[in-house]
Amino acid sequence: MSSIAHTQKRGFAGTVWDYLTTVDHKKIAILYLLAGGFFFIVGGIEAMMIRIQLAVPNNDFVSAGLFNEIITMHGTTMIFLAAMPLLFAFMNAVMPLQIGARDVAFPFINALGFWLFFFGGLFLNLSWFLGGAPDAGWTSYASLSLASEGHGIDFYALGLQISGFGTLMGGINFLVTIINMRAPGMTYMRMPLFTWTTFVASALILFAFPPLTVGLFMLIFDRMFGSGFFDVAMGGNTIIWEHFFWIFGHPEVYILVLPAFGIFSEIFPTFARKRLFGYSSMVFATVLIGFLGFMVWAHHMFTTGLGPIANAIFAVATMAIAVPTGIKIFNWIMTIWGGSIQFTVPMLYAVAFIPSFVMGGVTGVMQAAAPADYQFHDTYFIVAHFHYVIVGGIVLGLLGGAHFYWPLMFGTMLSEKLGKITFVLFLTGFHLTFFIQHFLGLMGMPRRVWTFLPGQGLEAGNLISSIGAAFMAVGIIIMLVNVVITQKKNIQVGRDPWKDGRTLEWSLPSPTPFYNFKQLPLVRGLDPFWIEKMEGKTEMTPAEPIGDIHMPNNSFVPFVISLGLFIAAFGAMYHADEGKGWAIPVLIIGMLVTFGAMLYRSIKDDHGYHIHKEDLLDDAGKGGTH
Amino acid sequence: MKQKLTKWRLFTVFGLMALVLSGCGEPFLSTLIPAGEAGQTAYDLMMLSTWIMVGVVIVVSILFAVAVIKFRRKKGDTTIPKQVEGSHILEIVWTVIPILLLIILTIPTVIATFDLADTKAMDKKNEDGTTDVMVVNVRANLYWWEFEYPNQKIITSQDLVVPTGQKVYFNVKATDVKHSFWIPAAGGKIDTNVENVNQIWLEFDNEKAAEADNLFYGKCAELCGPSHALMDFKVRALPQGEFDQWVTAMQAVDAEAAEAAPTNPTAAAGQEVFNQKCLSCHAVTTADARPEAARTAPNLANFGDREMVAGILEHDEEELKKWIANPEQYKPGNKMTGTYGELSDQELDQLAAYLMSLKVEQ
Repeated sequence: MSSIAHTQKRGFAGTVWDYLTTVDHKKIAILYLLAGGFFFIVGGIEAMMIRIQLAVPNNDFVSAGLFNEIITMHGTTMIFLAAMPLLFAFMNAVMPLQIGARDVAFPFINALGFWLFFFGGLFLNLSWFLGGAPDAGWTSYASLSLASEGHGIDFYALGLQISGFGTLMGGINFLVTIINMRAPGMTYMRMPLFTWTTFVASALILFAFPPLTVGLFMLIFDRMFGSGFFDVAMGGNTIIWEHFFWIFGHPEVYILVLPAFGIFSEIFPTFARKRLFGYSSMVFATVLIGFLGFMVWAHHMFTTGLGPIANAIFAVATMAIAVPTGIKIFNWIMTIWGGSIQFTVPMLYAVAFIPSFVMGGVTGVMQAAAPADYQFHDTYFIVAHFHYVIVGGIVLGLLGGAHFYWPLMFGTMLSEKLGKITFVLFLTGFHLTFFIQHFLGLMGMPRRVWTFLPGQGLEAGNLISSIGAAFMAVGIIIMLVNVVITQKKNIQVGRDPWKDGRTLEWSLPSPTPFYNFKQLPLVRGLDPFWIEKMEGKTEMTPAEPIGDIHMPNNSFVPFVISLGLFIAAFGAMYHADEGKGWAIPVLIIGMLVTFGAMLYRSIKDDHGYHIHKEDLLDDAGKGGTH
Repeated sequence: MKQKLTKWRLFTVFGLMALVLSGCGEPFLSTLIPAGEAGQTAYDLMMLSTWIMVGVVIVVSILFAVAVIKFRRKKGDTTIPKQVEGSHILEIVWTVIPILLLIILTIPTVIATFDLADTKAMDKKNEDGTTDVMVVNVRANLYWWEFEYPNQKIITSQDLVVPTGQKVYFNVKATDVKHSFWIPAAGGKIDTNVENVNQIWLEFDNEKAAEADNLFYGKCAELCGPSHALMDFKVRALPQGEFDQWVTAMQAVDAEAAEAAPTNPTAAAGQEVFNQKCLSCHAVTTADARPEAARTAPNLANFGDREMVAGILEHDEEELKKWIANPEQYKPGNKMTGTYGELSDQELDQLAAYLMSLKVEQ
């Protein structure tokens, strides 16, 4: 496969095949964006159903059992299938470019990670059509998840297991990439903050996902293969599940929010035309948050009855996280202080993020006070808190990041006008929906209730909250319209579309060549592209002469490996049912597909191919276009 | 543009705050109107942390607003601002001040954590196994609550009755899946685990109880299945004298009293139906000697005195009949549905009359 053939225009089927087999981080980013965006819409529809049901007391829009399925799938989808892959989309699209790499360290594993996530998510969502979704909450506490009838929880455990493998592989891949593939001169302390947060988040994935994997395996064995890890009657213990889940679950929050912090740390300097204030303390704070993130899981379990000593220790440890987070907030404010702020759509999301996230952060400290949390725990106060953190932090980051990196990923610019309409509607709706929920919780409304009775003083707050949710929905619909219009017009914007790009990704021609850097750039400091621009140059100084570039071949194997696990999961799930003799063969066939594909991959030598120097020189004549 | 937006948002926030601060919820339910010492401890800590945090939010908001308004780019301005690396003094300032604020919050947090966990008094047993303090054993079951008074040797369900003006100690656990025991106005919640007994104390002030008409709402605070939202219970907090009267009346409902036929003929017929269809699960004596595992349904000895049917419906015969005729409609997933077959309208009338006659208070 020669480089130029690789860039030929192809038909629809050819494009589909290209994406099914791609190992290019930029295309995998688009796959993550599409799949994550799809699940984000699904999770959003579930959210709207929740708010419709709770708009008035004693509503019967959905039944009690269905409501529990909806809240479970809303939480699980948003965390595992929307927020994670959308962040992975930006990590894939941006991080290798930011460090001056031609791809991630293991392009094959990168593709495998995506397809595992995708098939896991697909499997989980098929539960809607195959007898009912999981209904024990996204935390799936063991006594309830073992008691749950039907296959909902099995879909949850197997689906998350498969997609969790993908996430773990993705995390390891990013770690190796950042450690080994930085361009000459790109020292650790010159890495852009988004790369740093990707690095720390990947390290958290490496340590946080194994407890989830173990917990899920125990749940799978308890439910499908007759073990008794969580079955009290057999000497098991359900509290262990809570520990496993939260040892994973708390770092997971930081896995999500740190990359969002990274996105904002790129947006602020760009549109304030000023370097990030206190870069080294920002890096330090990121690492410290990641470290402390593992020390605080039991604050989710203050009411479990761990005793005053454990509660007091975890209370104090949790409060400590406020310090590095505060450092970050003040550094962002000081970054725009004295700057020249241009309010583009990404910058609007970034500035709106500061007060919104601070609101979520301070209620987090309030919950860290264990005796106060005995009141807050499992009420709408908690719902308000984590939506302020997740929507106010992560979703604003994703929306801002989508507008910011759209030109990098697609070569086009989303409409600023429609973007601002989305921003106003979404932000208004967000505060309208969740601010009032603090008070609903304090007034005695537990979370995860499918209805509430009149006469308890909860009517007005719930109605306001539901109205706010409608604003958010309209905002997202307008954003989708924006995307469609932008891609239909397809006006290419070229290199450095925001004009104030500071980091390496903006130094590349647009669309980015599939080999990224014709010559690896020489990095001379923090914000390397900015440094070159300040010296009047328009491109990076190369660190090497033009030479052959080694590229990996596309491969369909990642898809097949993932598909095998997807098939095997059905066998594992149905084998305990009466009269389903086909289940065990299906389990075996699925595993054979997976291991067969792995064996094929191991035996067949695939050395990739080279883009020759001459082709690159040719390409240069055309401005490095794709 | 941005200025307008900021104002707009502030408007929304202040509007909501005004709306919400006009009331702190209902005195029988709200954590913001604490009914006793445990609730007050939590409330004080909530307020302390809230005020510290409101201070933080104000400082950040002012800095933020000034930065956003003052440093916006004028049209056509192409100047490059000074590239500031950072400031060690500022970094130290915004590291040390938060640490100091957290220390202010940490000390009362740790003290309160230990205070609220201090249930030593309930472990001090007299020779006959009783304690000098008020103890209630709480058992959470799929969508109903059992309250056992080990010192008084009585069992009731759904309506917890406690004396005011003293600490009430609770042993809590669950029989099926995990629930959480929460009386918001009285204090924090504690999970009812399936593998161990948790302990907690609460206290109800005499005056505060009177303000709430001596009746508080209790809730299940841990997702436990379809009817989690409907797993309510009620708490009657009575002055010591009235509580003692209630205990005496409850203790009088022995087997003999329970078996006596009611004077009302409809109710007497209802007792027949009840004995056939319901008695194998529901007890009507307060001193139910069966082991816990056999007590699979709420004790009904004082059903006629209760505040609500099944914790959620108006306490009258009409609602009671609807509930018995089709419990699935009111509490989906409950364990009673389908265990007693169809009942005729006449049987329903009789049952309702009988159940309403089960009173210990006059």
